[in-house]
Amino acid sequence: MAQMNLLQAINSAMDIAMASDDSAVVFGEDVGHFGGVFRATSKLQEKYGKERCFNTPLTEQGIIGFANGLAAQGSTAIAEIQFADYIFPAFDQLVNESAKFRYRSGNEFNVGRLTVRTPYGGGIAGGHYHSQSPEAYFTHTPGLKIVVPRNPYEAKGLLLASIRDDNPVVFFEPKRLYRASVGEVPEGEYTISLSKAELVQSGSDITLLGWGAQMELIDKAAKMAADIGISCEIIDLRTLLPWDVDTVAKSVCKTGRLLVSHEAPITGGFAGEIAATIQQECFLHLESPIARVCGMDTPYPLALEQAHMADHLKIFEAIKASVEF
Amino acid sequence: MSLESQHQVHKAVMTSGHALKIPELKILQSDGTPYPDATLPDIDQELALKIYDTAVFTRVLDERMLAAQRQGRISFYMTCIGEEAAVVGSAAALSQDDMIMAQYREQAALRYRGFTTEQFMNQMFSNVKDLGKGRQMPIHYGSNELNYMTVSSPLGTQIPQAAGYAYGQKRAGKEAVTLCYFGEGAASEGDFHAGLNMAAVLSCPAIFFCRNNGYAISTPTAEQFAGDGIAPRGVGYGIDTIRVDGNDMLAVLAATQQARAIAVAENKPVLIEAMSYRLGAHSSSDDPSGYRSRDEEAKWREHDPVLRFKLWLLAQGWWSEEQDEALYDQYRKEVLAAVKVAETLPKPAYDTLVTDVYDTVPEHLEKQLQATREHMDRYPDHYPADSGKEA
Repeated sequence: MAQMNLLQAINSAMDIAMASDDSAVVFGEDVGHFGGVFRATSKLQEKYGKERCFNTPLTEQGIIGFANGLAAQGSTAIAEIQFADYIFPAFDQLVNESAKFRYRSGNEFNVGRLTVRTPYGGGIAGGHYHSQSPEAYFTHTPGLKIVVPRNPYEAKGLLLASIRDDNPVVFFEPKRLYRASVGEVPEGEYTISLSKAELVQSGSDITLLGWGAQMELIDKAAKMAADIGISCEIIDLRTLLPWDVDTVAKSVCKTGRLLVSHEAPITGGFAGEIAATIQQECFLHLESPIARVCGMDTPYPLALEQAHMADHLKIFEAIKASVEF
Repeated sequence: MSLESQHQVHKAVMTSGHALKIPELKILQSDGTPYPDATLPDIDQELALKIYDTAVFTRVLDERMLAAQRQGRISFYMTCIGEEAAVVGSAAALSQDDMIMAQYREQAALRYRGFTTEQFMNQMFSNVKDLGKGRQMPIHYGSNELNYMTVSSPLGTQIPQAAGYAYGQKRAGKEAVTLCYFGEGAASEGDFHAGLNMAAVLSCPAIFFCRNNGYAISTPTAEQFAGDGIAPRGVGYGIDTIRVDGNDMLAVLAATQQARAIAVAENKPVLIEAMSYRLGAHSSSDDPSGYRSRDEEAKWREHDPVLRFKLWLLAQGWWSEEQDEALYDQYRKEVLAAVKVAETLPKPAYDTLVTDVYDTVPEHLEKQLQATREHMDRYPDHYPADSGKEA
């Protein structure tokens, strides 16, 4: 075990993936000698050579198109999109190509060895284009897996599992926590299963569900709730597609209440999918409407970021409202 | 003033958008005799006859399947007519280990690789024997065994993929390249820019092969680009580039043989622009009489690439009119027989609705399939009975 921040944990996962698989290649904008604008790929070029860790021209559709071809050839392709806000030029390659590669060819070809890493999320004064949480655009795409870790331990285990999974994975990294989140992480290799939610804290009054950086705020709100006698069960969804319905439904059938919180705008956000599924699975157990505490339906603002965010106080108020319903 | 002396100037001097004149390689004249000073590609009788056989098969397939579409037997079709030389000539310059990434009008290259008449039919009739499990529209072929990447409809997406595939081939240490076909319309997509630039910067052994056939559906090239076609763009990316008469089988073969040699020896991409004409409609859903003249089509029919190559074969003494008639006859019968077999085979089993979305079927898809099956059992007459109900 070693103390690592989230970036170091991600770097460690890629280091292990590259050491154990000669076909593994890491690429994107500024990921080479410079080590990435967040230093996630630091020292990988020095260690594995320019052929395996390299800069690409500044073209997101090119990066993912190239990655699709490389993965189809049988190499392990680990592509970086510098900010999730800039993944949209590659939307066509991801949605029409990566996601459908295996299905449309009758499994003659696949891009299962593709992993796309990208920093996402707000709370860093990033304005419109350095703050977005675009996961829900991708959860509507059969064929992709969507994974979001919440801390260094989770990040390393989930990233290594994503790289080794035989399906294309989009891995969203909470950049607000890159350096802020520090914890004990095994130096060697381990993986955390995809499509498995984690019961982070047991409770009896309400289930709180989230992913990524939002887990920290959910945790904070749960502590405030505990102080006034409300017992919260906390679940980290970890994989958004395909997601772990059973773990969430089991919890909600026990607590009778559900609150889902994410940074992204509320309309069309993934909380809507969860709410619809859980009300179907747990209809007779629900004692209050399912609450969604999400970003407002606006572009991500700069000056008024704090007001826009689904912060711990908004979550705390929604917990009280649900329990008092 | 020469281009070179313009490199440093102290007055504003524009380089014309048409300053770069890319010549067009031509080897065979329309009567099938080589230009006097032309250098023939590496070709013997066996290769020449395989090329011709493929071109004839493709022409027969196109003629019969367009008719089958008109009769409502298949839902959609796209012919390769007029571009057989561009496609077969380039495919014939490759090794079987080379990957081919097509757009959709390159069935001739797949045939050259060995795709059987039955396999073509199974895909078009989306029956239980289709390698693609009946999931894509007709003509979206693919074969892992033949290193022919499954075709997809979104234009240009295969171009950056070819760069990545070639990069992987280079790292794997194989003496193999990736050849990527696309039309001049697709070259207007952002993926063209992305793919060629990446291939050049990252030293990928890829051959980018543009079929410039004059039209993207109804859009003539004058509305597609203002520059001198596609070839000068390759030079702009630092890519070795050649333009070739796309109706000249030997010129296409020569250009592609040389391109492959460069890609393998120097690990770098090459761009080929083949100048041709789309003699047929864009697809079975298109009628070109709405946007171009019969005169124009007739003019290009005089440059028939299959006929020009046949004339060369006859002059070589490698082929006869009798053999020619027999070959057309043989393929017409073969295609017709294959249609009759393919259209009677059942559709793929219902479980193929949910397989291959992922490597294994996730729980939520198992449930959705189960619900669909139960629903169909309640309304057995409403859903096609010829689908394979068992896995």
